[in-house]
Formats: sequence, C-alpha cells, structure tokens
Amino acid sequence: MPKVKIKRKSTAIDMTAMCDVAFLLLTFFMLTSNFTQKEPVKVSTPASISEIKLPDRNVISILVDAKGKVFLGADGQDNRVQMLTKMGAAYNVTFTAAELKEFSLINKFGVPITMMKTYLALKSEERDLPQNALGIPCDSLDNQFKSWVSVAKTVNSEYRIAIKADQATTYPVIKKLMGTLQDINENRYNLLTSLKNAPDYE
Amino acid sequence: MSEVAQDNNQGKKKGKTKKMSTRVDFTPMVDLGFLLITFFMLATTLNKPQTMEIAMPSKEKVTEEDQTKIKASRAVTILLGKENKVFYYEGTRENNIDPVLNQTDFSPKGMRQFLIKKNYDIMVQVRQLKALKDAEKLSPKDFEKQKDEIIADKKAPIVLIKGTIDSSYKNLIDALDEMAICNIGRYAIVDITPFDLELLAKKL
Repeated sequence: MPKVKIKRKSTAIDMTAMCDVAFLLLTFFMLTSNFTQKEPVKVSTPASISEIKLPDRNVISILVDAKGKVFLGADGQDNRVQMLTKMGAAYNVTFTAAELKEFSLINKFGVPITMMKTYLALKSEERDLPQNALGIPCDSLDNQFKSWVSVAKTVNSEYRIAIKADQATTYPVIKKLMGTLQDINENRYNLLTSLKNAPDYE
Repeated sequence: MSEVAQDNNQGKKKGKTKKMSTRVDFTPMVDLGFLLITFFMLATTLNKPQTMEIAMPSKEKVTEEDQTKIKASRAVTILLGKENKVFYYEGTRENNIDPVLNQTDFSPKGMRQFLIKKNYDIMVQVRQLKALKDAEKLSPKDFEKQKDEIIADKKAPIVLIKGTIDSSYKNLIDALDEMAICNIGRYAIVDITPFDLELLAKKL
C-alpha cells in the first residue's frame, strides 16, 4: 500500500520584509532623536504647561541640583576650548593642549577653576563621582559662575541661557543665580521644565 | 524578492551548470537591525526639553520719574511660603489699614480660582480668540498678536511674585505657570519686602 505522502511545507520564512521594517525603524530613530547627554547630577525638573522647545544649538546649560550646586555646559568644542583658555587667563591658570582637548569633550562640569587641572586629569568615569561634583562657586566673594557665563558670551554671542534646576532647589539659590545673570545683563533665559497638560476650562 | 530571473540559453550550450539558490537568509540581519534599534531607543531622547521663557528686568538704575507706579487696585502680590503654601493680598497698606492676607495653594481650586476671578474679562476674550484659532479662522501668528494686545489691557491685574527663603524652585515655576494659565499679561519676580514679611509674621 502506497504511503500517503504529506506535502511538507518549508518552515523557512522570508525575512526580507522584516529586515526592511527593522532598518526603516532604525533610520527613523537615528534621524529623529538626539543622544541623551550625561549629566553629573540627577535633576528632576518641575512640570509646567509651557510647550516652547529648547533650541538645538548655541545653548549654555546651567544645571542646579537640589542642594544648590551649580554645573555648567556649553555646546561647540571650539567654543569650550576658547572658554577655558580665557578663564585660565583670568584666574592665572595655564592649561596644556592636552587638557584643553580633554575639556572640549566634557559636556557639563562643576568644579572651581583652581581644581580644573586635577579634574581634567581624572578618568571620565571618576569625574561624576559625588566627591568630584563640587559645583562652581557662585557666591558674591568668588563668583566664578558669573565669569564663566560672561566669558561664554564673549566667545559666542549667540548663546542662549537655559537653566535646569531641581524642583527641590530652594528659592534663594535660584534668586542668587538670577541676580548674577542680571548683573551681567543677561535678562532673557529659558527655564527647563517637564511637560504637564494644560487645564481645560468648561 | 531576492530571486533572480534565470537565463535559460546559456545553460543549454555548456551543459547543465548547477543552479545555486539566490535566496539569502535574512534572519541575522533582522537580529542586527533590532539590536541597533534597541540601542538607539535607550541611548537617545526623542523629544527636545520643554522650556519656559522668562525675561527679567535689567538691573540698571531707574530714575524715580521713569518708574511707573502701579495702581494699588491693580496689584496682586503672591508670597511663596514654605511647604508649598501660598499667600496673596491685593493692593498695599493704605491709610494704615493692612491688606488682608489670604492663604491658599497651587491646586486648581486655590490660587487659580482667585486669579481667574480677578482676570475674568481677559480670560473670556482670550478663550474666544482661541476658539477662532481652533476653528482655523485665525492664523497662529495673528492669534499671538491679538492675544498680546488683549492681555496688555490697562485694567488687568499686575502680579508680583515674591519668594520667601523657605520656598522652592517648584513654587516659582508653579506661580509662573498660573500666570500663563490665567493669561496674566504683566507679572514680575520681585524681592520680598519687610512689609511682606511683617504681614506673613502676623498671619502665622
């Protein structure tokens, strides 16, 4: 008796379409997103209904953590190099070419200028350790924060100032920061917030 | 998709050459694709951060004549206290009578209700304008322009935001948010005065 032959179906699936989808998605994500920048401290911003977006370029970002430590970052590697050179000249610290190169790769820093040399000598994973996140001095006696911002502005006058502060930061800290910016005639700036829905009436 | 049409003529002349399958197994390629997608999704942020634009007055000394004295009837002072408490009063001390200091919070029923009541006419106008924009009878640009005109009304309240040393940054943002929600055109972040502290001390 002849055996009934069951026609075997191939289990191989054509993966071409799947591959197309995967790479399409990949392209989409690569084009629409920008990399998360490493920040020395974790900051949770307060929510607001404002929907204005921060511009991509020419931003000086000021980071203030809950304890009131101030960190600073500016975009553009050339600008960073110029900033550090000028700051070094103002505070009598000379930086080597290697140190300048190293500094141009740092997104956000928060050390007094006198500590900058030791900070730059650290490995990048050591820089964000709590003991190395000192904050930039910004009290009235030694206001390095003020110098940094004014130097940044001379390097690139297109810079906008964006303040990202933790919601638990006390008001006096913010007030002092705003006062400092007022001193150097920086009266327009952006405050970074997370989005919350606007209330609907009636 | 990956199959290629076979040319039969060549095969006859030189005898049968072994046909090679032109199918390629795409599975590893798909794996790679999804791996990269996962990486990009984790390492990047999709949306740009939200911001709130703020303009502070410049610190240049203003002469007495240049200073615009605001009408006491238009002024509303908001004091940010500790533990998210908010105090507000209208006007200022007149004929030795202190304004009444009210305590509230940033819930929708708190500060906002007072500001809406105070700024009702303007809010109604802005809402009508917004309805026009939503119905696409008004371009967003014209909407902004007309809205600016409405909120610059001469009778609208002027809000002074003053923070005590116990308040937090969140309180400040909340207060600024209320200004946006209630369409307050004129507001300022000002230093707290001894008079305000005195009022607060009396209240507590």
